[in-house]
Order: sequence, then structure tokens, then C-alpha cells
Amino acid sequence: MRAALRDAFLSAAIALGLFAPLVGLVLDNGDQGLVLRGRPIAAAVLVAMVFFGRLGMHLWADRPGKEARAVKRGLVVPTGANRFLAPALLAFAVLLPLTGSRYYVDLGTLVLTYVMLGWGLNIVVGLAGLLDLGYVAFYAVGAYSYALLAETFGLGFWTCLPLAGILAAFWGVLLGFPVLRLRGDYLAIVTLAFGEIIRVVLINWVAVTHGPNGITDIPRPTLFGLRFSMDGGEGTVAGFFDIEPETIQRVVFLYYLILALALLTNWVTIRLRRMPLGRAWEALREDEIACRSLGIDVTNTKLTAFAIGAMFGGFAGAFFATRQAFISPESFTFIESATVLAIVVLGGLGSQLGVALAALVMVGGLEMLRDLLSTLGEQMGSELFSGLAGDLPTYRMLIFGLALVVMMVLRPRGLVSGRTPTAVL
Amino acid sequence: MLAVSNLTMRFGGLTAVDKLSFEARAGEVTAVIGPNGAGKTTVFNCVTGFYRPSSGGIALTHPGGARFALEKMPGHRIASRAKVARTFQNIRLFAGMTVLENLLVAQHNRLMAATGFGVVALLGLGSYRAAERAGVEKARHWLERIGLIDRANDVASALPYGAQRRLEIARAMCIDPVMLCLDEPAAGLNPRESEALNQLLLSIRADGCSLLLIEHDMGVVMRISDHIVVLDHGRKISDGTPEQVRADPAVIAAYLGEGDDDE
Repeated sequence: MRAALRDAFLSAAIALGLFAPLVGLVLDNGDQGLVLRGRPIAAAVLVAMVFFGRLGMHLWADRPGKEARAVKRGLVVPTGANRFLAPALLAFAVLLPLTGSRYYVDLGTLVLTYVMLGWGLNIVVGLAGLLDLGYVAFYAVGAYSYALLAETFGLGFWTCLPLAGILAAFWGVLLGFPVLRLRGDYLAIVTLAFGEIIRVVLINWVAVTHGPNGITDIPRPTLFGLRFSMDGGEGTVAGFFDIEPETIQRVVFLYYLILALALLTNWVTIRLRRMPLGRAWEALREDEIACRSLGIDVTNTKLTAFAIGAMFGGFAGAFFATRQAFISPESFTFIESATVLAIVVLGGLGSQLGVALAALVMVGGLEMLRDLLSTLGEQMGSELFSGLAGDLPTYRMLIFGLALVVMMVLRPRGLVSGRTPTAVL
Repeated sequence: MLAVSNLTMRFGGLTAVDKLSFEARAGEVTAVIGPNGAGKTTVFNCVTGFYRPSSGGIALTHPGGARFALEKMPGHRIASRAKVARTFQNIRLFAGMTVLENLLVAQHNRLMAATGFGVVALLGLGSYRAAERAGVEKARHWLERIGLIDRANDVASALPYGAQRRLEIARAMCIDPVMLCLDEPAAGLNPRESEALNQLLLSIRADGCSLLLIEHDMGVVMRISDHIVVLDHGRKISDGTPEQVRADPAVIAAYLGEGDDDE
């Protein structure tokens, strides 16, 4: 207890040192230029939170029966969770549009985009063990492929979807050739740079990409040649089925489209894992030298992981372009790569279910939280809640970081750890 | 079978192996021994393609007559084409994967050929399934031989040390090698395990696979080797049957550290 108290005091002292200048002092616009204003209460609240939080952590960690639980936690293999949770999530995803709420369907589409990106990156990071910090580059390649092909040649979404995937895979291979001899941190840095290069090229190659203005009026997808259009005439979905044209029809269609694409990613990954290629990826993650000694072509195997991961990133990019109908380099910043990587790591490297859960929490959860806070603010007329709701996007990264730290402490191997063997005797 | 001629390997100014020539005959167990730092593992890494020799040649002749110049081949081809398998001094299993998966990964190239660029296997078609079944059968055969059939679905890192050594050998054998190179297979084994290892290696030899072996455990070396090459400071100091080598004064001197000053 005494040690816990001392440690809590120490943490509070460090927090005081950090928060006193960072939070306790604010620059405000005064009558004559800037004025320095103190905010002692906010700083004190934060320091108190650190003190009690640290104390609570110690008491929690020292509670009796700790060893027994630790052993149990190590042995938990989430096959049960996999068996029930995954179908439940799938059913939920399929039934979600029945709510008829545009807000939820839009949010679901956003979450599913990240699920798909997470699953795509999971092939590279989770299975093959190649740390890729520039995954957003392939997302951008896919999005711009579709936008530019549609703009220049007037091609439709369904023609461009495979092309976007192929082009993204092509860039994956192109990047892969020079960098795959690098390992670990070095590979991460080069992929990070690659992601930035793509973005900078998109901004500066104005003649082709329209630079920072982006590309507008990207065509929407069609359903077997039928357009989703508000006029309800010949050749539109509403006209064909003889129903009232509504925007929600397109929104729901887009939702099911990304659901299908995400499930395709999942299906291919699950199948590949049970195939020699997938096993070679995992073996590569475990020990590259042993792979070489067994006659596995390490370079080709890595390249296929990169290319297939990039391909799904490209599909997701094409979907993003058609959904937004507008893309600009703004949408493909490093933050996107970091978010997708955080989803993969939080979910548990290599775990399909974990990635889906993490995307749901990190993307959907945060959005719901903001919604909840603003509703609370309106109903209670509370400045605090509505202010927090407005500020939440600013704190997004803070919450991400906090979630990562908490996960590292509680479940260092991710939400769903433990892998299912690809073959049993 | 394996002919090493004038093999030299330099690391900067250090010559680890100096104009080494020896032969390993088909169907025999050839042991490479020598004091620490004599260059044994370097020779091994050259033969198995992990190092590219500074000069000299390593020629492998298959029983069928096919010839390979190993010093010119990329590392993974030495295993997949020339069929030379190896194990490592510090065991290198795929620790997070199961015992069975370890053996299936070793059959990668054959299974991969059956997947038809992934499309056939992705759709779960018959020809791939048959190949996969054959792969599992082969793994089962080896698991029975090394006595690990009960632990097929356990994670490889959960096995005891001796079992991990045996599994690594079985994994190497799953690529159907004509020559198996073992880097200190008996290191860290107790006498009973090391006796079991001897039996396993002799049974592999009886199947027609040649063995090249680095070993410190003289009990193992003397009992199972047909032919011993002794290295010291990167040079060959003796070459012959276990009896000849044991009686060779140069070998005794190298091991006991005598006669260094008056040479």
C-alpha cells in the first residue's frame, strides 16, 4: 500500500510537471494582443486523475488471486468467441440497413471501409509480418485509378474496380522490389516514405490529378447497369422497379457493396491462410532464414503478400472514390495509415475477427461517442457535453493513443489473440 | 556426391576457410569436426547457399546424374532444386506454428505447384486437395518416425528441446533432400536423446540420403560417421575414416593445443 501511494505521488508529480505548463497556462486574445491566463483547476483535475488512476491500477494489480488469473488468461483461446461472435457480427452487419436510418448506414459504411482496409493490411502486417506504414498509398492509388479512368475514358465503376485493384497491386510490387530486402524498422521507414511520396505526387502533378483541388463528379456505381438517380426515369433503379426514388436506396446499395468487398477480402484471406502461400507468409513472419533453407523463394513470397494486400487496398480506394464522388490528396494522409495499422495491432495481428472488432470500436465507437455527447449536451443544455462533442475529433489521436497503451498493458497480443492452426491431424 | 574444391571464404581481412577441398560420398555420413572457430559453420553456410564463397567450387552430383554448381546458385534454389537440406545450430523452427504446419511449410514448393497459381486451391478443387492430403500423409510418416505423432497439433515452441531438434530434422527431410546437412544436431541433448538421434540419422542414411554433419559430441561423430574431415583455422588437417582420424597426431595436436609454436 505504501509503495502504491508513493508511486502514485511520483506519477502525480510528473503529471504536474507536464500539465502545469501545457494545460494550466493558456494564451488568449486580450484587448492588447495576447494575454497569458491561468487554468489551475483544469490542471489540478488532470493531476488528480493521474494520481487516483495510478493508485487504482496498483490496487487492481495487487488484488489477491492474481497468479491464477494470469495463467488462465494465457490459456484462453477464443475459439468460442470466434464461433459465436463472428456470425453474430455478420448477421448484425447484414441486417443493419433494415433500421432505415441513414446515419447508421453511413456510419456502417465508414466502419466497413476500415474493416476492409484492416483486413487487407492484415495480410501484409499480420500474416507476412512486414511492417507497412504506407498502406494508404495503395488506397490512394485505387481511388485515383478509378477517378482518373472514369474521367478520362468514361469507364464505369465495375470495369474500374478490378483495374484499380490491379494497378494498386502493380504499385505494391514496384515498391516491393527495392525495399523487401530490408527488415523491420527499415522497411517501415521506407514504406512510410512511399506513402508520403504518393501523396506529394498527387498534390503536385496538377496536370493529371488536379492537385489539391482533387477530382469531382466521380460517377456513382450502377446496379446491373441501372443508375441510382433521382429522376426515376428509364434506366434507373427506381424506374426499373417502379418505386419512389430516394437517396437512401443508393446509400444502402453502397453499404452492401462495401460489405461484399470486405467479405471477399476476408474469404480470400481465410482461404489463403490454409494454402501453401499463406503458410509460407506465416512461416516468413516466424523465421525468414529457415524459410530459405527449405527452398521457399523469400522475395516472391513477400511480393505476393505486398501485392495482394495492396490489391485490396486498391479495391477499397475505388469504393471510397465512388462513395464520396470527390477525392483529393487530403484524404490520404499518414493518419489514415496509422489508423488502419492501429486497428490491425489492436485487433490482434493476424486475427480477422479482432480487426473487425477493433475497426468497430475505433471508428464506429468514437463516432457514436460524439453523437451521444452532443445529444446529452442538447438535452441537458450543458455547455460541457456539447463542447466535448465538438472537441472530440481533436482528441481522436489522444483516445487512440490511450487505447493503445491500455491494450499494451491488458492484452499485449491484441483483442483477439491466439491463432487457429491451418491444418490438424 | 559433394565435391568441395579450393573453397575460400574471406570476411574482410579474416580468412575463415582457406583453400579447403574435400569430398562427401553418396550414401555416407561425412562429419566435419574441428575446434571452435575452425570454420566448420562457414563451410556449411557456403554449401547451403547462405554465404557466397570468395573463391572455389562446390559441385553436387545427384544419384540420377544431374550436376549442380552450388556456389553459383541462390540460397533457396539449393534447397528446392539441388535438394540440399539443412538444420541450424540454434534451432530455427516456426515457433508460433504447429508441429504439423512446420512440416507442411517444408513441402511448400510441391504443394505450391499443385495450387495452380492459387486459383485452383482458392476454389478448393480436387487436384489441390489430393496434393494437400499427400502432404499431410508425408508429415504423418515423419511424425511417426520421430515419435511426435501425439503432438502434431501443438505449437512447435511448446516441445521439449530434444523433440525440437528431431522436428527440425524431420522438417528438413520433408523437402526430399539428397543430402542433409546437420549443424551440431546433438548439442544440448542428454545421452538417451543423443542415442535416439544416432538411430534416426542412421535410418535416414539407410533411406539413401547422404549426411553432412558438424558435431562436437565425439560419441556421436565416431559412432555414426563413415568419413571425417578435420578443420583447424580454416584448413583441412586430416581426412579419413574415424579410426584414421583418431590416430592422426595433427588432430590430437589441434584439439589439445600442442605444437602451435614450432610449426
